[in-house]
Amino acid sequence: MSAILVLIGFSLFVALVFLGAYIWAVKSGQYDDKYTPSVRMLFDDNKIESEKDKHKNT
Amino acid sequence: MLEANDLCNYYAIDETPGISKRDSIIRNFDFLEDPELIQKLIEFSDGNITNITFDIPQMHCSSCVWILENLYKFDPGVIHSEVNFLNKTLSVKFREKETTIKKIVEQLDSLGYLPNLSLDTNRDDKLKNEFKRLYYKIGIAGFSFGNVMLLSFPEYLSYTDLVTAEFQNIFNWISLGLSLPVFLYSASEYYISAFKGLKKKIVNIDVPITLGIFVLFFRSLYEMFIGGGVGYLDSMTALVFLLLTGKVFQNKTYDAMNFERNYKSYFPIAVTIKKDGKETTIPVDKLEVGQRIVVKNNELIPADAILISEKANIDYSFVTGESQPVEVFNGEMIFAGGKEIGQAIEVETVKEVSQSYLTQLWNSSAFNKKHESKIETTVTFVSKYFTFIILAIAISAFIYWVNTDVNLAFNAFTAVLIIACPCALALSTPFTLGNSQRIFGRNKFYVKNTSVVEKLAEITSIVFDKTGTITETLGSKIEFIGEKLSKDEQNLIKALVLNSSHPLSLKIASLLSFNKKLNIENYSEETGKGISGIINGKNILVGSRKFVSNKNIEENDISTNVYVSIDNKELGYFRITNIYRTGLKEIVSSLIKKYKLFVLSGDNEGERENLLNYFEKEKSLFFNQSPHDKLNFINDLQNKNEKVLMIGDGLNDAGALVKSDVGISIAEDINNFSPACDGIMDAKSFKNIKEFIRFSITSKKIIIISFIISFMYNIIGISFAVQGTLSPVISAVLMPISSISIVVFTTISTNFMAKKRGLL
Repeated sequence: MSAILVLIGFSLFVALVFLGAYIWAVKSGQYDDKYTPSVRMLFDDNKIESEKDKHKNT
Repeated sequence: MLEANDLCNYYAIDETPGISKRDSIIRNFDFLEDPELIQKLIEFSDGNITNITFDIPQMHCSSCVWILENLYKFDPGVIHSEVNFLNKTLSVKFREKETTIKKIVEQLDSLGYLPNLSLDTNRDDKLKNEFKRLYYKIGIAGFSFGNVMLLSFPEYLSYTDLVTAEFQNIFNWISLGLSLPVFLYSASEYYISAFKGLKKKIVNIDVPITLGIFVLFFRSLYEMFIGGGVGYLDSMTALVFLLLTGKVFQNKTYDAMNFERNYKSYFPIAVTIKKDGKETTIPVDKLEVGQRIVVKNNELIPADAILISEKANIDYSFVTGESQPVEVFNGEMIFAGGKEIGQAIEVETVKEVSQSYLTQLWNSSAFNKKHESKIETTVTFVSKYFTFIILAIAISAFIYWVNTDVNLAFNAFTAVLIIACPCALALSTPFTLGNSQRIFGRNKFYVKNTSVVEKLAEITSIVFDKTGTITETLGSKIEFIGEKLSKDEQNLIKALVLNSSHPLSLKIASLLSFNKKLNIENYSEETGKGISGIINGKNILVGSRKFVSNKNIEENDISTNVYVSIDNKELGYFRITNIYRTGLKEIVSSLIKKYKLFVLSGDNEGERENLLNYFEKEKSLFFNQSPHDKLNFINDLQNKNEKVLMIGDGLNDAGALVKSDVGISIAEDINNFSPACDGIMDAKSFKNIKEFIRFSITSKKIIIISFIISFMYNIIGISFAVQGTLSPVISAVLMPISSISIVVFTTISTNFMAKKRGLL
């Protein structure tokens, strides 16, 4: 039966990690704006490229 | 400019990018150098790096996001800019040494994204934090609920004999540890709300909920550590989790819309003043009595003032709803909120901004106290009786058993309170109304919160504003009264009016046909009177009756007429009337059976005859209503115990919209202008208004049906409870089943009804 205790402890630990991740996600504002990131994602490649260009030039 | 900054692929991103810059006016942003004003606009500054958030209503496509987030390429002083598309805001972080707010705003303006600068910047940070807190709470509750439930599994499956007492003890401690944050943190808002309600002697729905949670928790403690049982912590965490889900569902808001605006949002943030012959701009709240201000074309006059220039054309549509500009002459009074049409004028202020005629409306009591409607929500009404009935049952069960078995008596008493906990009751309202709100939203009717839906169902009278509400904002009908004009005459008149940019001239021009170009001699325009010219040797006059007939006729006619004469022969006049919104006739005739309808117009009585066709009753029409009159009218109706729905559009309705039980503002473009209100309706959805009201009544019926269902669950549960035979398993099963079935029922039935009514 003590195996169960270990398992419970482990599962609780995993669950707590996820809870922590969730709270962090809320805190860092990921739930504030649920639309813009979906658009921004499409531009990211360009941004990086042009930043690279800048580095090349300097 | 885009090219210069290596942003050529801007146009590659979206098929229809950008907004063309509508005007090439170079705006003066000098006022953005005023340190006091800057302090009010910025969010955070450490003297080096500054944060500021702009409202940019023009933002409309993905290209906008891209260009605004690449602001640092235009202005190296900008460190970072981030768009929130739904809120239509842009937050910019910049180095104060390298750039200024003024430069950034100029840059944005040149890109076509003129920020909406206003001092009414109480951004809803508070609301945002509340949302965040709700997300934390629901996360914690969900986490505990899942884990406590797992630990309770042996109990559910009656494997209790497999679990030794020692294990049970450990399980209990873990469950307790998991539920404590739920009990102390996640559920705390229910305690607060219940306490606040009781303090005001109102038994709201949170009272029985709080009671239930407390009894669940303490009875579990007793059972786990004294009674040797497993307790009801799984039920408790499930209850809190489900309740919070309902809350999240209910809290749908429309971010980009602002339901709380006051006049500050519309007034200019800065004004141009003239001092010692020099023009400077100052922030509007620094404006003092006796200062000379320069008001350019299409600018608002921020404070009551006296005209210094020769004359001005003031458009008061913002204030009164009267659509025709008014002529004002030197020395006459101009009221705040008026808009100058035409050349720049100079005025001298006689009152402070906050003391002006229009803005005083906001000093009225309707704006000061948090407006509370007299309409009682169904759930508060029910919970009042519900709580007392439950308490009565619990106490009688206790009294019944107390002589035979004290233990059993306590058992029954607490069990009743646990099982009767109105989870299903509390969930039916948010889910029904939340769903209705979404359905309204799909039909371009956006309500501030779910309680508006419920209030809409209780309406007994409806008050319409005229201009812009039941008439189209743009476009009015024009017709010629008199003998039919010949082709030549039409041509002559059109040739003449084409020279004038007056709105009436444009309308007349659009009516007339035009064959050949004609040369005009001696063209002259007299503001407020009319235009004249000689074409092909014929002397043509177009304008007011007095102007055209050259006689001294006092004009008593109140509708807007434009007279025409050719070679001193009067031909007749053009009559300009409002166009009523499509479907108005049907709306009025269907609503008039059930509701008292009124029309309040800021305009003159010119439309009385036309309106009577729609509204039949003479005494339901009121003209020449000032914003204060409108507010008082609503107040009078409410004193007669009417529940008033006000539908309006402009600032002149602002008082009435706030005062009414439900205030709906009609807007051609929902992202544009709308005064403080409970709901914003797209003008195109106006024809659906009857369906909206009907649907809100349906929603209310659905709530009542789901109340009945949840009472039936309660009866089953209580029949176990009063016998003292409630086991944790029954409680753990009954609670989620009843709640989920209610949620499913309300969602399906609202969707079904919406489909049936053609709203979905």
